[in-house]
Amino acid sequence: MRFPLRTVVIHIVAWTAAVVWLIPFLGVLVSSFRPSNEVLNGWWILSPLTLTLTNFVSVFFSDISPMSVGLRNSFLMVLPATVMPLVIGALAGYGFARFSWPIRDYVFLTIVLLMAVPQMMVAIPLFQIMVDLNLVNTFGALILIHMTWGLPWIILFMRNFFGTLPVEIEEAARVDGASDAKVFFRVVLPMTFPALASVFVLQFMWVWSDFFFATIFIQEPGLMMATQLIPRLALGQFQVDWGFLTAASLMVMIVPIIVYAFLQKFYVKGMIGWTLKR
Amino acid sequence: MSFFFPALVLIGVFIAFPIYTTLILSFFPEGGVGDPTLDNYATVLTHRDTLNLANFPEPPYGTLINNAIWIAIHLPLTLFTGLALAIILRGVRGASFVKSIVFIGMVTPMIVGGFILRFLYEQDVGLVPSFFEYIGVEGLATNWLARPTTLLYGLIFGSVWMWMGFSLIIYSAGLTTIPREYFEAAKIDGASSWRTFSRITFPLLKPMTLVIVTMTILWELKIFDIVIAATNASGGPGQAADVLALQMFRYFFRDGDLHRASVVATILTGLTLVALVLLVRRLVSR
Repeated sequence: MRFPLRTVVIHIVAWTAAVVWLIPFLGVLVSSFRPSNEVLNGWWILSPLTLTLTNFVSVFFSDISPMSVGLRNSFLMVLPATVMPLVIGALAGYGFARFSWPIRDYVFLTIVLLMAVPQMMVAIPLFQIMVDLNLVNTFGALILIHMTWGLPWIILFMRNFFGTLPVEIEEAARVDGASDAKVFFRVVLPMTFPALASVFVLQFMWVWSDFFFATIFIQEPGLMMATQLIPRLALGQFQVDWGFLTAASLMVMIVPIIVYAFLQKFYVKGMIGWTLKR
Repeated sequence: MSFFFPALVLIGVFIAFPIYTTLILSFFPEGGVGDPTLDNYATVLTHRDTLNLANFPEPPYGTLINNAIWIAIHLPLTLFTGLALAIILRGVRGASFVKSIVFIGMVTPMIVGGFILRFLYEQDVGLVPSFFEYIGVEGLATNWLARPTTLLYGLIFGSVWMWMGFSLIIYSAGLTTIPREYFEAAKIDGASSWRTFSRITFPLLKPMTLVIVTMTILWELKIFDIVIAATNASGGPGQAADVLALQMFRYFFRDGDLHRASVVATILTGLTLVALVLLVRRLVSR
């Protein structure tokens, strides 16, 4: 059986791209399971090859910045910071899609513009607010900030999603005497599961990956997020211990990768959905 | 009204009010006494952290130029490689697997991404110098991140790994919206592949291109984690990779200079808003 040249070429190009994209991850993976002195001349040199869990154990239980604590902190902060804006944003998105009031469109436009604002624009006053609220060095500060920071895109995303739902079902429920709240929670919300799943995945990943807000609001080592521990593990060493550091990197990146692996469909839908017109 | 209430209160208190305060801070001198002036802007814009072309073409160039270089190289690179890959993946077996692998870069936290770049470029340990030594290009067989002349470009090329998945996914979705008949008709008329692409595919993908260009420029303007992880709070040797977001972080967090930090933040925000205005009308209209 013969294949056209074109087919062969595009397969080679596509699979080369896949290999190139896999290599950095593969390097981290391979190095993290080997003693540091074995990878000093390159992780791709496979002799001698000793596989060990030492790097993971010492990162997980390190005296200075144990990753066990960082991962726990991250989960405790990220879960509420992901679920709460989901509810609040869905409510507001529904409001923008279904109810009209005088300056609604201007408010909505402002909220959309806020999506572009960099975190740096709010950091200084937010720090002052958190000092006043006595929330510096607490998860509360990060939860409040991430929850609010996610709202503009969640509202936009949910509004566009609600716009695609048929109004007739809600009207029928209203004719039967259901209140706005009842219509939302009983009729609309169950239909929004796919959109909520997309929002969950994207918001989870963004909050998990955050480094800037975490650095500013959490300075107490025992309360630091997993992302903050990576630079800490790299610092204060005479020479970077790559076995150690790749193990730490893998532990932090594997969480979003697992979420992506299981909820890929929703991640992709979310990425496309809030940027493209349906 | 109760539907909006929690969201609007949170956005008002934790986003809108802080933006307003930062803007105000940027116009007042230290201590906040006196009339609002543009003095802080003059100080920042003439500072060599921001614009430094005295030794041009020797780096550092300053944060404004560095962000511009980032956009000039990274935007076309991610846009067109993503598009090319999206187009050829239509005819490739295992396309969804290839996409999944490219997406490892996108879901990796950027702070980890920055350390992975260090890991790739480091002398001996890293693959990049060893690769160039192997193929005999001695000039590039060094740690790119240790020299001011190569540092910025090392980060820019490396960050393609983290962002190209975006244009790939958006273009892939866009391509499915083009009816097959268009391509078949072009084939019957004997149009070349390039002509089909330039006359049919690319024009019909214009809405996706607009989204990708905007989102990518926003990403490039806000770049922070990668730079601080791969270098340090000053943007590496000779400050060659310093960027606006890092400059703001340094002024605020290290120097405690709230007013100059606010100026940098405001300039950065102004630039992002210009980029977003390109897109807003499309997103809002249904």
